[in-house]
Amino acid sequence: MSILRGVDLQVGPGEILGLFGANGAGKTTLLRLVATLVRPSAGTGSVLGTDLTSQQRYAIRRRIGMIGHVPGLYPELTLGENLEFAARVAGVSRDEVGGALAAVGLAGVIDREAGVSSHGMQRRAEFARELMIDRDLLLLDEPHSALDHDAVELVNALVEKIAAGGGAVILVSHDRERVARIADRTVELTDGTLE
Amino acid sequence: MNAGFRSQVAAVVERDLRRERRRGDVVWVTIPFGAMALFLLPLAIGVDTQLLQRVGPGMYWVVVMLFGVLVSVGRASIETDAQRDAVSLLGLDPAAAYVGRSMSAAGLLLVYEIVVGVVAVVLYNIEVIGIPWLALTLVITAVGLGLLGSLAASLVSSSSAGSALVPLLVAPLSVPLLLGATQVYEGLRLGRSILSWMLLMVVVTLVTAIIGVGTARPLQET
Repeated sequence: MSILRGVDLQVGPGEILGLFGANGAGKTTLLRLVATLVRPSAGTGSVLGTDLTSQQRYAIRRRIGMIGHVPGLYPELTLGENLEFAARVAGVSRDEVGGALAAVGLAGVIDREAGVSSHGMQRRAEFARELMIDRDLLLLDEPHSALDHDAVELVNALVEKIAAGGGAVILVSHDRERVARIADRTVELTDGTLE
Repeated sequence: MNAGFRSQVAAVVERDLRRERRRGDVVWVTIPFGAMALFLLPLAIGVDTQLLQRVGPGMYWVVVMLFGVLVSVGRASIETDAQRDAVSLLGLDPAAAYVGRSMSAAGLLLVYEIVVGVVAVVLYNIEVIGIPWLALTLVITAVGLGLLGSLAASLVSSSSAGSALVPLLVAPLSVPLLLGATQVYEGLRLGRSILSWMLLMVVVTLVTAIIGVGTARPLQET
């Protein structure tokens, strides 16, 4: 079954792209494809200058960040331990963890287990991870969901900061109003086709 | 720049052991069930101490294998899709992930083997002989089962058959380890050479490690 058809999309450095679409339109599949987590069954594409079908796509993963709508933290580990693990695997100094969590307003809950932290806190911790690793491309799936007003403002500020640093951001959302405020451009995905 | 292979392995081991410390699956579930399984046999066959002493070592290794595989597979398959995606995008080498998961499972299995071993010695009055060789057997078995369980979990997570495949995959592959471990004890007890059995266990463990490392990337990407 083909989920995406005839998708032609270019996102440049420092650009924030808003991607809209109904449930089942293929938004998450498109994000996973751009993240190199799914290999396209047909067609061509490149991310950060690397062919999506080549073996070299594994090497660029470290430069791509993704925050999905389900948190990817380990619930048994504290927020700090989750980031420490990410730092060690990605080759970032552990000293960066405290600063990254402070940047998203989580300095006071570094020792709180992710499993007992609110969805909003987990979201912020994932943003802290992406800030710490310094990605060239950031993919966000419903980044504003379950966040209070302050957290939404914080997320928007972080997205703009990443873009200002030259990183490209693709932002999938149902919330057109919020995304339109920060996106440079928006596109609509309908039944696997971009409009 | 990504961290080196050894650093990534160490990070995975530390993560898994921390998760286990908070979950307590091995300490509060597997060890008591393993001990209970050893306790039930004397109840079933009666207090025939000579018979118990004879079947005790074999019973111990069967319990280690059955529960050990569950520990190993369980440790390797408690990641959600979101966690797997996040880890992939950190640049974690799948081979480092496999080795790290296997090593943390091996560490937990070693603790399990020792605790259940003490229970077996007490309940079945098993004679403890050749301690250095027995210790080496415990370590090789723990590492072998850790590697095997992690490989099985990787195979299962990459197929649509789900966890139903695990016993079918692991049971035949763990037979050489079970056979080797029981025969090492028999050899020590009867004063026979145990080198061929030790060699069998080492070879099986090495082959499993090579297959696991070699297939880590293709299995992750399936």
